[in-house]
Amino acid sequence: MIALTNVSMVFNPGTVNENQAISNINLRIREGDFITVIGSNGAGKSTLFNLIAGTIIPSEGSISLNNRDITREPEYKRARYIGRIFQNPLLGTASNMSLEDNMMITYKKGFKWLKRSLNNRMRDYFRTELTQLKMGLEGRMKENLAMFSGGQRQALTLLMMVLSKPDLILLDEHTAALDPKNAQIVLELTHKFIREYKLTSMMITHNMSHAIEFGNRLLMMDKGEIIFDVEGEEKKALTVEKLIDKFHQIRHKTFENDRTLLSEE
Amino acid sequence: MIEGILVEGLIYGIMVLGVFITFRVLDFPDLTVDGSFPLGAALMVQCILLGTNIWLALLVAFIGGVLAGVTTALIHNHLKVPNLLAGILTMTMLYSINIRIMGNRANVPVLKEETILSRVTEMFADRIPEEYVLLIFFLLVVIIIKVLVDMFFRTDLGMTMGAMGNNEQMVISQGVNPKTLKTIGVGLSNGLVAISGAFAAQYLGFADVGLGQGIIISGLASVMIGEFLVMKSNRIGVLTLCAIAGSILFHGVMYLGRYYGYLIQMTPNDLNLIKGVLIIVLLVITQSKKLKKAAIKAMVDK
Repeated sequence: MIALTNVSMVFNPGTVNENQAISNINLRIREGDFITVIGSNGAGKSTLFNLIAGTIIPSEGSISLNNRDITREPEYKRARYIGRIFQNPLLGTASNMSLEDNMMITYKKGFKWLKRSLNNRMRDYFRTELTQLKMGLEGRMKENLAMFSGGQRQALTLLMMVLSKPDLILLDEHTAALDPKNAQIVLELTHKFIREYKLTSMMITHNMSHAIEFGNRLLMMDKGEIIFDVEGEEKKALTVEKLIDKFHQIRHKTFENDRTLLSEE
Repeated sequence: MIEGILVEGLIYGIMVLGVFITFRVLDFPDLTVDGSFPLGAALMVQCILLGTNIWLALLVAFIGGVLAGVTTALIHNHLKVPNLLAGILTMTMLYSINIRIMGNRANVPVLKEETILSRVTEMFADRIPEEYVLLIFFLLVVIIIKVLVDMFFRTDLGMTMGAMGNNEQMVISQGVNPKTLKTIGVGLSNGLVAISGAFAAQYLGFADVGLGQGIIISGLASVMIGEFLVMKSNRIGVLTLCAIAGSILFHGVMYLGRYYGYLIQMTPNDLNLIKGVLIIVLLVITQSKKLKKAAIKAMVDK
């Protein structure tokens, strides 16, 4: 469905700060894939997401969606079919607006016109959908989002994104900024939505056991390259030890900072 | 005296609504206002002198303001110029344009011409005293504009604009180009400012190229005073009402400064200093309020 062909990304080319963030990546994302992405800090995970989402344009290579070239399509246009959730729970919603207004804005992708769509029928629909979160938010439709916790906001962003039925969802460590309890809730919701709505998704995580537990495919990145790409039965058989061994085997080096790299918890 | 303050506060209140849209809703500090206010005045006066229908003249002023705002937004969007600088650029260019519109003069009077205001006063001259006619007229005008602005910000487009000032990434994620929203918002804001300028010129009896000098500061001070009136609200109707009330209060203070300032050796030339100091004082109060809140929150969290 989405294909990256020979994609490279160099920041600040020709300066002392030149930084090859992604080197020559080839990746085919198939419909229905749930891909987990792991790798140390600076491995290029977020840059990869930025390239797919269109936040940055690759220095070389091309990106296509269903055989349509989208390499130069701006982020806001790609957002109509690629949903993304960031680590920062504040980025998905507007703090100074009410829950119902936020839901109305995120209900439909694309340019908004001079139409007033928020009516009682929409409110009922929003309330019904909100019950899926089991957070009691359906009774707080008029409250500003500034009053909600990070976990609630992230769950809400997730729900609204799912309802817009994107072709691909990108989850950029979306539970990392939450406390353990909320992180668990949001992760479970993510899993549930991806299964129920059959969403094609990619999830960056620092948690190796999550990476193994969730999804049908796993990518390991290092220094701007995808060094390991497993799926199916092979992925199911993975353990944290095997993953670390695999890294040693490929890179011929040891993790000096295993913990920050790929924490087990 | 009181009706003078109210009328002035209402006329400039339309401008304050424009400033509120850019500074508060869009989070786009737009300084075009200093140029688009006299632009509205110049266009209105020149149209009147040319014998255009006076309502059409008002529309021309509005469109002129919209174009000024759109120019600023385009400079900011496409040349990657910071919004403050983009506004200053347009404002500076408008100074020359305004003098051109007024036929290479810095000041054009319309005292003897028929204006919207003279027509309205004539219509009710035998029933209501003149000063009250204007007060009622501007009250109606401002209410209509306020309601239209409120309605706009409750549409899907308006709500998305509100979200952008808060969180631009969210708007991008919804598949909307924030540049388009900025262009519409800043254009609309300056359209309102130009209407305000057009009414100010008719009220004062002339258009002057210096009419807009420091107007952005008056607008900002009015918005800030308005924000002191109520606790934080997320209802656009309340916010716009506060902006207008802030404008009236601000003009009350300025009126006192102008007519009773001599008691403390103040001259009209000191007014700009007073406006600046007023804003600084308001900022200090807001800051200390915030600090207090944070301190209380820290105590509770412990």
